[in-house]
Amino acid sequence: MQRTELHAAALIAVMALVTAVLRFLPFLIFGENRETPALITHLGKVLPYAIMGMLVVYCLKNVSLLQSPHALPELLGCATVVLLHLWKRNTLLSISGGTALYMLLVQVIFP
Amino acid sequence: MKRHTLKTAFLDTLPVMTGYLFLGFGFGIILQQNGYGVLWALAMSLFIYAGSMQYVGVGLLTGGASLAAAALTTLMVNARHLFYGISMIDTYKGTGKRKPYLIFALTDETYSLVSRKLPEGVEKTAYCFLVSLFDQCYWVAGSAVGALAGKLPLDFTGIDFALTALFVTIFVEQWLSTKNHLPALVGVGSAVLCLVIFGAVNFLIPTMILIAAILIMLQKTGKEETHAAH
Repeated sequence: MQRTELHAAALIAVMALVTAVLRFLPFLIFGENRETPALITHLGKVLPYAIMGMLVVYCLKNVSLLQSPHALPELLGCATVVLLHLWKRNTLLSISGGTALYMLLVQVIFP
Repeated sequence: MKRHTLKTAFLDTLPVMTGYLFLGFGFGIILQQNGYGVLWALAMSLFIYAGSMQYVGVGLLTGGASLAAAALTTLMVNARHLFYGISMIDTYKGTGKRKPYLIFALTDETYSLVSRKLPEGVEKTAYCFLVSLFDQCYWVAGSAVGALAGKLPLDFTGIDFALTALFVTIFVEQWLSTKNHLPALVGVGSAVLCLVIFGAVNFLIPTMILIAAILIMLQKTGKEETHAAH
């Protein structure tokens, strides 16, 4: 194995380890035999909605409104996903339709 | 009973299958085009198994990031898993030998299935385990095929939008499933605010703190209002 490959393998190990720690930590803190605090139970119910909103913004974080093409591919792509999903509620259709349009926009219309 | 659980788990994961095959495919292509082939894709999808982190991870590999930078980035991108864990603590109590895998495999999409009211007549541990396992199989298969397809002379620019599309889809799905849109709006609002203040590189951690603070405050005021009403 070359040195860069060894480093890449180490990077993957670090990413895997940190991800696993984040996933296991709540279960280690609030163990099998303890009553879960009411506040944590409440947060568990409302957080998923807030986090998904955050993730959408996260995906669009590098998009610039000021520079050409003024976030148009992203806006049109997201609008397509929303409309397709409201129309058919089919996850594959929504994802593939929005992504196909986005690819067309960035490759052909606003290259 | 067992067959019913197996069948229900498989049918419930079909939307994730399509999404994961597509997203995994996109990940495999990007990894391949950055010089890391199918074995690297398999290793990442088996051991990291976190969609958005693996997309970000491609940049870390090609940019030759330091191990500390990789740890910090993973911490920021995946800190939301703390929140998923918090909300599955009660459901995953008493799941025995399968509990470690259930926790390891708790992705956004798996979470969206196992955090619902479970279907009629399924055995909880077996159902959650099968959903988690099926989902990872789709992800691993998609990324392997993508890594192989990445050698084709086609332009895949923009395929990483599949990840954005997936989150938008889940967001819409969640929006339709509840009348209380406040948490969703808190999430979007906090993220936009922190993005403007802290910039694209550093905004995730402040956003999560702000979201947690607002949601805790909302719960407290909600409680006081209920008390006052009585």
